Amino acid sequence: MSTLNFFKLPDVGEGLLEAEIVTWKVKLGDIVAVNDVLVEIETAKSLVELPSPYAGVVAQLMVTEGETVDVGTPIIAIGSEVTGAAAAPAPASPAPVAAEPEAEVLKPLVGSGPKADAVKRRPRISSPSAAPTRAAGPNQSAPVTPAPSAVAPAPAPAVQPVVPTSAAAAAAKAPGQDPASNLITNAAATVSRMVAHANRVLAKPPVRKAAKDMGIDLSEVSATGLRGEVTKKDLLSYQDQRTAEHDGAGTFWAPATGTGLEDDPRIERIKVKGVRKATAKAMVESAFSAPHVSIFVDVDASRTMEFVKRLKVSRDFEGIKVSPLLILAKAVIWAAARNPSVNATWTGDEIIIKHFMNLGIAAATPRGLMVPNIKDAQNLSLKELAIALNALATTARAGKTPPADMRGGSLTVTNIGALGIDTGTPIINPGEVAIVAFGTIKQKPWVLDGEVIPRWITTLGGSFDHRVVDGDLSARFMADVAAIMEEPALLLD
Amino acid sequence: MGAAQQADTGTSGSGAPASPRPQAGNQAGNPPAGSQAPSSAGNSAGVLRNAGVGPDEAVQLLDEHGATHHDATFSSYIEKLDPDVLRGFYRDMATVRRFDTEATALQRQGELALWVPVIGQEAAQIGSGSAMNKADYAFPTYREHGVALTRGLDLADLLKLFRGVTNGGWDPRETNFHLYTLVLAAQTLHAVGYAMGISRDLVADPTTEPAAVVAYFGDGASSEGDVHESMVFAASYDAPVVFFCQNNNWAISVPFEVQSKIPLVNRAAGYGMPGIRVDGNDVLAVYAVTQWALDHARSGHGPVFIEASTYRVGAHTTADDPTKYRMNAEEELWKTRDPLARLETYLRAENLADDAFFEQVKNDGDELAAHVRRTTLALGSADIRHKFATVYAEAHPLVAEELAWFENYEASFADVDTENAQGGAA
Repeated sequence: MSTLNFFKLPDVGEGLLEAEIVTWKVKLGDIVAVNDVLVEIETAKSLVELPSPYAGVVAQLMVTEGETVDVGTPIIAIGSEVTGAAAAPAPASPAPVAAEPEAEVLKPLVGSGPKADAVKRRPRISSPSAAPTRAAGPNQSAPVTPAPSAVAPAPAPAVQPVVPTSAAAAAAKAPGQDPASNLITNAAATVSRMVAHANRVLAKPPVRKAAKDMGIDLSEVSATGLRGEVTKKDLLSYQDQRTAEHDGAGTFWAPATGTGLEDDPRIERIKVKGVRKATAKAMVESAFSAPHVSIFVDVDASRTMEFVKRLKVSRDFEGIKVSPLLILAKAVIWAAARNPSVNATWTGDEIIIKHFMNLGIAAATPRGLMVPNIKDAQNLSLKELAIALNALATTARAGKTPPADMRGGSLTVTNIGALGIDTGTPIINPGEVAIVAFGTIKQKPWVLDGEVIPRWITTLGGSFDHRVVDGDLSARFMADVAAIMEEPALLLD
Repeated sequence: MGAAQQADTGTSGSGAPASPRPQAGNQAGNPPAGSQAPSSAGNSAGVLRNAGVGPDEAVQLLDEHGATHHDATFSSYIEKLDPDVLRGFYRDMATVRRFDTEATALQRQGELALWVPVIGQEAAQIGSGSAMNKADYAFPTYREHGVALTRGLDLADLLKLFRGVTNGGWDPRETNFHLYTLVLAAQTLHAVGYAMGISRDLVADPTTEPAAVVAYFGDGASSEGDVHESMVFAASYDAPVVFFCQNNNWAISVPFEVQSKIPLVNRAAGYGMPGIRVDGNDVLAVYAVTQWALDHARSGHGPVFIEASTYRVGAHTTADDPTKYRMNAEEELWKTRDPLARLETYLRAENLADDAFFEQVKNDGDELAAHVRRTTLALGSADIRHKFATVYAEAHPLVAEELAWFENYEASFADVDTENAQGGAA
């Protein structure tokens, strides 16, 4: 039997985190020797050819050309035995399975606009409170310093694919074994690179990065710089023009060429896998086993808004992001203690009441919907809770939420208001019996003491598993949450 | 042909006559055409005249077409060489080039963190390294793979540093080849200190075998203060050290023209030591001038500065892309001056080597490459405990505590696949 060797994308520079696969030099079924060139990649620093570390048959190209993948991602599988060539199944197209999570574009987390920063951190085994550092020898007071963080380099500028000259192609046949021909090989490769670079557009690195981020080919932008370089302004005006064109044209709708039936080429098929699959399974399991009952309550959250405003400027909360979600989270914890049955699990023959609050926060992450939870949220002060919420959001947005953070949740909050939605009927996270939907807060006419005045109004929605939580209990719980939103001072009780 | 600018410390130990040195300034007898100063400062006293070695001058005994040239001072060093030695020069240069190719591939395959290619500079390294005696001592930069070969190292040992498994890789005392120094120009100070030590050993015990030191550095390092201090001390103390500068024309992306307005060799006169500019791609000339310089140093005449004019054909390191800062035409020009090609032409023309020899060299190179690959892959990865263990000679409680903390810290990461994450409610 032929075993597969996987070649993982190496760091060919010093501290590079990713590279783009520019051109595959081999195809499925090719027989390669050690040091034969497999692929050309482009890093933030240079175009580089990668020689094969293995001899054998190319069994799988795991990343498609043009894709940027992280260092460490397997990019090619090479069978150890040449004889396996005939038998080796040859998928028609490269299967970028392993690269899938990295390939997704960062999307903003629900409730937070800006794009995640590029700082990557190694995930810790568990939350800081449970970190084994406590046992780390005599120096108990040593704080847990975060892992050395690596700043992702600016993506390399887009470069036209190199068209190999015939000399380069010929020389590539004789990989650098013989010193004399090696020089020639290098020379030919250099010639072809120079051809590509001669056509290269001048632009400063920040402009190149911006162009890459916007998906703009710099060679299409007319340059006005002093030395003929493309300036940031050129780029932005090109982008404006392009946006205008896009708005006019629209690219989503395909021309009417098909029948609308299953074989219509205008139908796009997206494979269900990973987080999408897990979400679907969890939702079906919850929606069709737990009888949901949903209730709503309008709340005057003006005092919450004032409270948040005061916290923001207070010295104690300096540098900490504070939002109405913080008050809601505190309210939910407070109300759950007064109505413990909402913080429970239904097992069929038992109702398990939890005397702790692992507060789940639904989050749209780069990898899909996730519900990480804040462990023992009942023990956290307002400030600690704010920090925990921020940390949870940052981790989720970076797509780095570890599985442990998603296990053992007891009650969930979903902040649909961040998207401007008033309310909805959320589906309960499996294993829990209650979920609170936090609607948008906006000024509305409100009747106070017989007069209509503008107030900050929100709608709280809640879904409850009727097997555990009856109508009166769910109502009391929601009313308690609403009471805090109306008057956060009640938390001082 | 001769382009040596030598101090009047006179003849070398081997009796070869030194070329007349242009006396400072006013008797600039026959200045090279390229060095005529455009200025018309006149001949008044106190006006410095430009009477140095021109940018196109260098000692050359074997040109790029494989033809030999005679030099009054230096030809005698190679005329007596056995054909075996000449073949050995070729073998060594081809070996280090093949080794370089393999190391570059290993880096591209993720087995080395970094590699520093030597292609193009083989003659400067094999020529100078071969000129050294066993008792002489070499202080390399991080690119002296060819010198390492001449000093008898297992080239696979060089890769330990670049794989990050050790800060050294070999015992310098076994081969008199110092550890690679990554701090630019720092080794020149170490070299002079070592050379001053040799002088003192000789005074303490006159029966000590005379020895000299070779300080390797590049054109980029020549701009560092360390080189200046080294040369001042070497000259002041007549230290037996040869400053061997491989001017490969590029300090990463800075061209030599930015580094210095005149050929570096001319700086030697300022320190009061002989300077020789040599064709660094001519292994015979490099061997000859280095022998001369080492004889000069060993016999108590003080330091010598050699500027070997050569070219870095490849990238500065594997993290560099030279196509971004230099023109292809320049690379092509230097490839016509390839150090291996010209020696091969010469050996074949003189019937000193046949196809079988070159075939054997190639096969031996492949065998070495396979050995290097095997050895490197077997190195595994770095053991952090090794770093803690070598802070002090003996165990130390603070280091033990820090190691324990670090191990716990490392163990606290969950670099695990988060693929099985569950979906949630909304």
